[in-house]
Amino acid sequence: MSLADANTPAPSAAPKSSILTTDARTKKRNRAEARFKAYGIGAIVLGLAFLAALLVSIIGNGIPAYTQTFVTVPVYLDPAVVDKQGNRDPAEMAKTTTFGYAPLIQNAFATEVSQNGITTDMAPKKLADILSASATGQVRQTVLDDPELVGQTVEFRLLASSRVDGYLKGRVTREALARDKNLDAAHLDIIDTLRTAGVVNRTWNWDFIFGADASESRPEQAGIGVSMVGSLFMMLVVLVLSLPIGVATSIYLEEFAPKNRWTDIIEVNISNLAAVPSIVFGILGLAVFIQFGHLPKSAPLVGGLVLTLMTLPTIIISTRAALSAVPPSIRDAALGIGASKMQSVFHHVLPLAMPGILTGTIIGLAQALGETAPLLLIGMVGYIASNMPDGIAAGFMAPNSAMPAQIYEWAKRADPAYYERAWGGIIILLLFLMTMNIIAVILRRRFERRW
Amino acid sequence: MNDMRLTKQDVDMQDVKISAKGVQVFYGDTHAIKDVDVEIKDKTVTAFIGPSGCGKSTFLRCLNRMNDTIDICRVEGSIQLDGENIYDKRVDPVQLRAKVGMVFQKPNPFPKSIYDNIAYGPRIHGLAKNKADLDEIVEKSLRRGAIWNEVKDRLHAPGTGLSGGQQQRLCIARAVATEPEVLLMDEPCSALDPIATAQVEELIDELRANYSVVIVTHSMQQAARVSQRTAFFHLGNLVEYGETGTIFTNPTDPRTESYITGRIG
Repeated sequence: MSLADANTPAPSAAPKSSILTTDARTKKRNRAEARFKAYGIGAIVLGLAFLAALLVSIIGNGIPAYTQTFVTVPVYLDPAVVDKQGNRDPAEMAKTTTFGYAPLIQNAFATEVSQNGITTDMAPKKLADILSASATGQVRQTVLDDPELVGQTVEFRLLASSRVDGYLKGRVTREALARDKNLDAAHLDIIDTLRTAGVVNRTWNWDFIFGADASESRPEQAGIGVSMVGSLFMMLVVLVLSLPIGVATSIYLEEFAPKNRWTDIIEVNISNLAAVPSIVFGILGLAVFIQFGHLPKSAPLVGGLVLTLMTLPTIIISTRAALSAVPPSIRDAALGIGASKMQSVFHHVLPLAMPGILTGTIIGLAQALGETAPLLLIGMVGYIASNMPDGIAAGFMAPNSAMPAQIYEWAKRADPAYYERAWGGIIILLLFLMTMNIIAVILRRRFERRW
Repeated sequence: MNDMRLTKQDVDMQDVKISAKGVQVFYGDTHAIKDVDVEIKDKTVTAFIGPSGCGKSTFLRCLNRMNDTIDICRVEGSIQLDGENIYDKRVDPVQLRAKVGMVFQKPNPFPKSIYDNIAYGPRIHGLAKNKADLDEIVEKSLRRGAIWNEVKDRLHAPGTGLSGGQQQRLCIARAVATEPEVLLMDEPCSALDPIATAQVEELIDELRANYSVVIVTHSMQQAARVSQRTAFFHLGNLVEYGETGTIFTNPTDPRTESYITGRIG
């Protein structure tokens, strides 16, 4: 066959295929691709739907926790009751207990009710069921803080009881009260009238965010503030310990350690540690830090140590990934001009790996912030965080709770008023997590060198 | 440059800078370099040529102990720099690498400014007493790297923003900034276009005045153009070593002849 022959097209027996018509095989492939895309879109839509449902339910259930019902009552602080000695000495006045204050408040409230044109045959004591049991404590504390108020009529903004709060939020109905011995339907009539009169009103409640936890019978008083402080101290411990230890470990393993059987074993074990159930870390913390190390129970320091153990594998894995993503040519370049191994790592490799390391650390911290199970075993769950820690040292060493533990505790309690607070707490926890993730993104953007 | 020039290239008898004797390199069980003896002269460009995988890059990396960074690599024999064995136990490879600089196949500037790229070496070796000193070193190095005129107005721009050829000259400038005595180049032009290659080759020729340059190259034309002495590696053996003109026009070993005429490789 000559060259000229080779250039002439060979006559083909089959009709020449046109690219304008799609053949069966192509159609089949296109259909498969279209199906695959549809599955993908379906999965994303489903995921978004679940996310939306989650957010709607959390916000719907949690928002009421941020408002609280208050009753405005002028109380005459009778010197004969609150200051029996008459010398305005807080130490002496403290001898009058909250029980002593109860009649004062009951009578003041009964007066307030009758002044609003309500006639009732309920005794003042029964009538005062509308108020929170914490009302006496609140009035007493105000008096002890400022003895000059004794003998005056002071207007107090007292917490209403959780049933009343529930009634205003639509949680408590008249039918439900028939089975409730705390409050009667008659109370609700009074509340309706007082509400129109402006004596009872529902307003924003900062105490939920900054306040302390309360006993099981006083949900209206409970706040997440103290356990938030507990979480803060825990996160400080986690950050200060896990970042340097995790990064140092990763640098050693990734850049310096010889590759042999031992380092392989260590590597596998670190990966496995990341998958160990967190409650296992909790029992380890109990055994090592509390039983062996004699650290105080329920202390944020111990919680932080346990969470550090849990966070380390996450940080190590992400740091190693960030380090190995740095091109080897950078290491060669540094070594080639006579930099030592350590100089090449700290001057060149580490800065390039920084965004990845920071992201991993913050993700690890966020994970630790939301962890509840390990705290169960070291006594942070179930501890009623009713007092703010007294100073920095106490912040680490004094018993406290943590946000997720507090939420768990509330969800566990019988009173439905606590249910709402659990959801409210979740909103705060989610806000914290979102903030941390946003910080991670910002740091990433800031440290990432595009050149 | 044509072939006629090759034979006329004057090869001054310079001092021996690096002398390798009986060098063996093993990667795990693989015997990568087999009993290589080479004497590299000062103020000379020496080219290592040979087909892929023949061990020329491996041997080059032995000369500044870059192979130390590979765990499974083992080197036997002796390599002497100015009469001192660089594999002696007392030698710190970091100190050695400041004397024997290296330029890599792929331009690898640090993701820092042009200035900092050059200044890094002098800084870590304490070559500059003050800022003015350092500025001077940076300018001198960039001039030696034949890139000063292109970057003098943007010394604080990122080094990675330069073109490939400029980046490679920046890397050469970075290597000379630490005042090395020997400059090793591992296929410095393989990632560059012909124009950038020509610029780098010209630069190599100028560097010969001050340094002993060892260059690994895949391109026989490049070896012929820039080097005074050429070593031909094949399957881990040093087949032939001599003046570039002789190797390319009158090789003694049949394998060398086959390679340079394109029959093996």
